[in-house]
Amino acid sequence: MALVQNLPTTRFGRMRAAGDRSALGRLVIATLALVLVFVSLFSLTTGASDASVADLIRASFSEDAVISARDRVIIYEIRLPRIVLGILIGAALAVSGAVMQGLFRNPLADPGLVGVSAGAGLGAISIIVLGGTALGPVVALFGIYALPLAAFCGGLATTLLLYKVATRRGQTSVATMLLAGIALGALAGAFSGVLVYMANDNQLRDLTFWGLGSLAGATWAKIAAAGPIIVLALLAAPFLAKGLNALALGEAAANHLGVPVQRLKNTAIVAVAAAVGASVAVSGGIGFIGIVVPHLLRLSIGPDHRYLLPASALLGASLLLLADAVSRTIVAPAELPIGIVTAAVGAPFFLWILLRRRGVLDL
Amino acid sequence: MTIVRSLLSVALVSLATSAVAQERIVAIGGSLTEIVYALGQEERLIARDSTSLFPAQALDLPDVGYMRALSPEGVLSVDPDLILTLEGAGPPEAVAVIKSASVPVVTVPESFDREGVLAKIDAVGQALGIEEEAAELAADVDADLRAAEDAAASIDERARVLFILSMEGGRVLASGTGTAANGMIELAGGQNAITDYAGYKQLTDEAIVTASPDVILLMNRGGESEPTSTDLSSQQALSVTPAAQNGRVVLVEGNYVLGFGPRTGAAARELADELYGNTVTD
Repeated sequence: MALVQNLPTTRFGRMRAAGDRSALGRLVIATLALVLVFVSLFSLTTGASDASVADLIRASFSEDAVISARDRVIIYEIRLPRIVLGILIGAALAVSGAVMQGLFRNPLADPGLVGVSAGAGLGAISIIVLGGTALGPVVALFGIYALPLAAFCGGLATTLLLYKVATRRGQTSVATMLLAGIALGALAGAFSGVLVYMANDNQLRDLTFWGLGSLAGATWAKIAAAGPIIVLALLAAPFLAKGLNALALGEAAANHLGVPVQRLKNTAIVAVAAAVGASVAVSGGIGFIGIVVPHLLRLSIGPDHRYLLPASALLGASLLLLADAVSRTIVAPAELPIGIVTAAVGAPFFLWILLRRRGVLDL
Repeated sequence: MTIVRSLLSVALVSLATSAVAQERIVAIGGSLTEIVYALGQEERLIARDSTSLFPAQALDLPDVGYMRALSPEGVLSVDPDLILTLEGAGPPEAVAVIKSASVPVVTVPESFDREGVLAKIDAVGQALGIEEEAAELAADVDADLRAAEDAAASIDERARVLFILSMEGGRVLASGTGTAANGMIELAGGQNAITDYAGYKQLTDEAIVTASPDVILLMNRGGESEPTSTDLSSQQALSVTPAAQNGRVVLVEGNYVLGFGPRTGAAARELADELYGNTVTD
């Protein structure tokens, strides 16, 4: 950083303004894309079993080589859907975090702020605890997809409620949303608490594991359900970039710059609620990606959302895939919930970055 | 050539046996692992779950994780040809994937009564193709269970038993109905002092006093945190119960008493002895 500042900026040959890091941004995005490809391949070839991707490829091109049905299932039905789901969810959580931090102009904002996590948690807990009794018909109808469905609906309902509370005369106050979000979170927590109290031993254990998050339930059917929602939300993100950049100056200033602030808020909130709702629904609570990834990237490529959002998607996906690879192999043949890995690795790393860059960073 | 031939014959032999019985079994659920050992079939076991803690030799087997949070690749990685799971093993997605890899999965139902234990032994015997040995084991367990039942039959007033799962920080987590502890109390001819709720819940002090248990069972989870009689007497509500007054507090081993496996018969008999004195069952 110091190097850039010491460069003579008076030279007319340099058209870019001081502090313009768009070239760096492009470079970082290209690098991260490569990293993601590499991490995906690494994930595909790593696992508790010795199923070999090389054997699979050989078997599909040559008559001589054979691969067992077991290994075929492991690669096609276990590892591959997990990787696809990991990429989708990692990207969704990181981009949602970046969007929320931009929208709330608050570095602590996290995807859970729009109330999605609390509502999704309540939905999931309801199915786990009441699935055999009061909500029996729902479970009978949707089978193992009742839980993700309930989590998604719970998340969406909380966000809508929060949005209604925070919107007056067509204007959404992000400050109200922040505070009301805390209140609604506490309320959802109370309902969840009642259900936890009613739960039996086995249900309590299911609840605990759900809360720690896992990609272990990844199936192609779940990807078909959650994938389109996440992809749509991610596609909306680039259209938010310029608006979020302007919003950094404050709402009034953004308005004067011609940014349709209210529409920006609506789109951002809907996109984040959908992406996080779908993610939490299929993988449970996976913390930290939404906070760490955008901050890490802001430190290197700056706060410009045009680069920050795509870079967050790529880095979030890579980090979650790596965390999942650890969770799948570190206690093999058992599995460590991924939420433990993301927090245990992410938190110290983040602290280290903060300590190292204390001078540069001013939150 | 001789090596090739002997390898071939080994392969043929293993092929022949695999046609009649599975030789690479994963047992998921502590009581199922116990039953496999009790049937003397442990050489066919290749892995267990984290709830399988008895007998001690089982701990040497690879652990595929907690039975309700199984990893499909983890389970398949030990290359099983039969998976025995206790009812409630999951998550359901993981079990579905394991089944799609064409590994047979046998789910054994669980209920906390005499029939439940015998049905479990029977189911494992069938899955392993050794119904006769299983019937013998079931008969042994049944004899113990009936002995415990007889012990209680001659008693006019059934002992009121309070099962305490933990009393961390003075908060008493006690068993209501529908639990393994409740089942064991009934097998031993006692009556659960708490029937107002199902499952393990925190009991208020006044409810402890009004439950007035004759016997308190304290779960011993091993290690440092084992509850002591000092803990008990320092808990006001517990210390005034008939059980504490008469010193009838029994420390029980968690997986022995709550496992509902082959040792359940013996456990029920021992507990009946504790409740009514060993004159009856001997």
